[in-house]
Amino acid sequence: MDLSFADADLAFQQDVRGFIAANVPADIRRAQSLNPSVFSEPDIITGWQKALHEKGWAAPGWPQQYGGPGWSPAQRWIFETECAHAGVPSISPMGVKMVGPVIIGFGSPEQKNYYLPRILSGEDYWCQGYSEPGSGSDLSSLKTRAVRDGDHYVVNGTKIWTTHAHHANRMFALVRTSDEPRQQDGISFILIDMKSPGITIRPILTIGGDHEVNQVFFDDVRVPVTDLVGEEGKGWTYGKYLLEFERGAGIASARLRAALNTVSTLAGSEITGRAVEDPDIALRLSEIEIDIDALEMTELRVLSAMQNGENPGAVSSLLKLRVSEIHQAVTRLGVDVIGHDGLVVEPMRPLHTLNHKPAVADQILPVMPKHLNGRAYTIFGGTSEIQRDIISKLVLGL
Amino acid sequence: MDLTPSDEQRLLRESADRFITETYTAKLREQNAKEPHGFSAAIWRQFAELGWLALPIDEAHGGIGGGAIEIGILMEAFGRGLVSEPYLATVVLGAGLVAQHGRAEQKAAILPKVADGSLHLAFAHSERAARFDLARVDTVARQVADGWVLDGGKVTVLDGRAAQQIIVSARVADGGTLRLFLLPPDTAGVTLTDYPRLGGGHACNLDLENVHLPADALLGDDSDALPAIEAVIDRALAALGAEAVGMMQTLLDTTLAYTKMRKQFGKPLAANQVVRHRLTDMSVHCDEARSMALRAALKADAEPRERGRAASGAKAKIGKGARFVAEQAVQLHGAMGVTEELDVGGYFKRLLAFETLFGGSNHHLRRHAALSGRPSN
Repeated sequence: MDLSFADADLAFQQDVRGFIAANVPADIRRAQSLNPSVFSEPDIITGWQKALHEKGWAAPGWPQQYGGPGWSPAQRWIFETECAHAGVPSISPMGVKMVGPVIIGFGSPEQKNYYLPRILSGEDYWCQGYSEPGSGSDLSSLKTRAVRDGDHYVVNGTKIWTTHAHHANRMFALVRTSDEPRQQDGISFILIDMKSPGITIRPILTIGGDHEVNQVFFDDVRVPVTDLVGEEGKGWTYGKYLLEFERGAGIASARLRAALNTVSTLAGSEITGRAVEDPDIALRLSEIEIDIDALEMTELRVLSAMQNGENPGAVSSLLKLRVSEIHQAVTRLGVDVIGHDGLVVEPMRPLHTLNHKPAVADQILPVMPKHLNGRAYTIFGGTSEIQRDIISKLVLGL
Repeated sequence: MDLTPSDEQRLLRESADRFITETYTAKLREQNAKEPHGFSAAIWRQFAELGWLALPIDEAHGGIGGGAIEIGILMEAFGRGLVSEPYLATVVLGAGLVAQHGRAEQKAAILPKVADGSLHLAFAHSERAARFDLARVDTVARQVADGWVLDGGKVTVLDGRAAQQIIVSARVADGGTLRLFLLPPDTAGVTLTDYPRLGGGHACNLDLENVHLPADALLGDDSDALPAIEAVIDRALAALGAEAVGMMQTLLDTTLAYTKMRKQFGKPLAANQVVRHRLTDMSVHCDEARSMALRAALKADAEPRERGRAASGAKAKIGKGARFVAEQAVQLHGAMGVTEELDVGGYFKRLLAFETLFGGSNHHLRRHAALSGRPSN
C-alpha cells in the first residue's frame, strides 16, 4: 500500500496543470472565487466546458465509447484535485454527472445519439425535476402527472428547488404515469424541453440572496413519448441510480481542502486582523483539516477498490453525509474568521460583476452568502436524516 | 497510489483474526488478568512462533522487515481481542527506539532477542509535571568517571515490571541534550511501583535515586534523542489507532447485534429511528477511524512534520470517535453496559486508556496546529 503516484500519473498531473493554466483565465478564477452559490453561473463555466469538450475531458466518469476520456481512478483523482486547487469552476453536474449516466444506462440508441453529444458540448443545459412542494424527503409521493395522449405525454403539476431552471433548456423529471399500490411504482423518467408551451418558472431567492433555485409549473405540457427514458413505470429505479451519483462516488475532499485553504489564508491575513491568532480559530482549522484527511482517505480507499474492479459498497451515503457536514464546518469557520465583516450585506448579484465598490474586500465578500447558502448541503440530494436512514439500512442491515 | 493489501498483508490479517477468534477468548483474558505481569508467557511464545515479534525488526537482526502497515494489521486484531501482551511496550516502543537510536552493537545484542521472544523491553519517558509534552524531561543524568548517575521519576511505564531492560530518558545535567539509557529495573536506587492498567496489562511508576549506570548503558551516541523519541511515539500512535479501530468495530458489531435482539415496548431497540441514527453515527466514526489509522501508518516514515501531523491528526480524530463509540455502546446496552458481566465495559475502559495514552484529542489537536504553523496556545 502506498499513497505515491506512478510516473505516468505524475506526467498526467503536469498535463492537467498545463491545460488549466492555458484555459482558465484569471477573470474566470476571480468570478469562481466570488461565486456564493452551490452551482456556478453558466457565464463562468461556458469557456471551461468548451475547452474540456475539445480536449475530450468533459465527462471523466463516462465510458470511452460515449466520449469519456478513459481515465483510471487515479487519473480522475488527479484531475479533480488539480481543478480544485486551481480554483477552476465546476461544470454543472446535471448533464454530465446526473442525466448522462442514466441515458447511458437506460436510454434508447436514439436518445444516446442525440443527447450525449449535446451534454458533452454544453449545448444542452439540464435541470432536475425531482422535488415537489409536497414531496421532499418522501420523494416517491410525487404527484406531477404525465398522461399518455397519442405520441405524447401531457404533463401537469409542479416541481420545486429546481436549480438553474431559468438557465436550462432541458429538464429530466420524475412524473407519475399510473397509480399503483406501492407509491414507488407508476413513476416514469422523462426528458422535457424547457421551451415547451405551458411551462412557467417562479424564481426562489435563497437566504444568501441568490437566485439559484426555482419552482416550475407545468400546464398541459406536451412531451414526445420518445423522451421517455427506459420503461414506463420504472422511473424510480433510474432516479435512485442517479441519486447515488449525486451523493457520492465522487471526489469531494479536494474541493473541501481548497475551501479550507481559502479560509485559512483569510485567517492569516491582515484584512481579518489575523484571526488565526485566536487559538480557537487555529484549532478549528486543524480539526476541519483532519476531518478532510479522514474523508480523503476514505475516498482513496474507495478509489483503490474501484481500481481493482471491486464494488465500493454502500459508501455514497456515508460520503454525502460527511461532505455536507464538513462543507458547513468550513463555511461556519469562514464566518467566524471574518468577524465584524460578517454583518455586511451585499445585495447585488452576481458578485463578480458589481458596478459599485463593495464595503468589504473581494476575499470577504462571498463568505457570509456561502455560509447561508451552504446550509442547503445537509438538505439537498436527501437530507442528512435520510442519509442516516440509508446507511442504517444498507451498511448496518437495520 | 494503491491501498490494496499485498498477499502477505492479507495472510497476516487472516492469521491474526483467526488467532484472536480461536485462542484469545474471554476466559483467556480473565486468566491473564490474574497473572503477575497481566499477560501470558505462553501466548508471548506463540507470538514469537507466529513471527509477530520479529515483524518490524529488520532482516539483519533476525526480523522480517515489516512496517507500520503490518503492525497496524496486528494491532487491529489485538484490539478486537483486548490483547494484554506487551506488544506495544516491547516491540513498537522498545525495539523501535533501539532500531531508531541504538548503536550497531546494541541493535545486534537486543533486537534478535526481541524477535525470538526472550527479551522484554519498556520505555520510561513520561513524567508527571510534563503531562504529555515529549520534550519536557526533568529526570537528570550526570556523567561520572565510570558512567552515569540518574535522578528523577517516571510515570506510566507500560509493562515496565515485565521488562529486563527499561529504556529511560533523562536530560544531561545543566540543560543538556536528551539521552536514552538502558536500565535493568533491579539496579540499586530504582523503586518500581507496579499497578494493573486500565483496560488490561500493567504499568509502573519509577523513582530513580542516585542510580549508577555503566558508560555503555547509554543508548546511541551523544546526539539529542528527542527526534528518535518523536518518531517512535508517532509510530506508536499509528499502532494504537489501529488497535482502537479493532475495539470500536467490535463495540459497533456487538451493539448492533444487541439492539436488533433486545425488545422493549414490543419491538427491537433498533426499530427506533433515534437508535438507528446513533448506530449510524457510530459506524461513521469507525470508518473515519479506520481511514485515519491507515493514513498515520502510511505516513509513519514520512518527514517529521508530515509524520507528526498524520499521527496527531489520527490520535485527535480517533480519540474523539472512540469516546463516542464507547459511550454509546454502553448507553445502548442499558444497565447491562455498566456491569462486568458483559465485555462492553472492558472495551470501554481500554478505549479510555487509548485516549489518555501519549495525550488526549485536545493535546494532539494543539500539536497538529503547532506543526501546521498555527498559533495554538
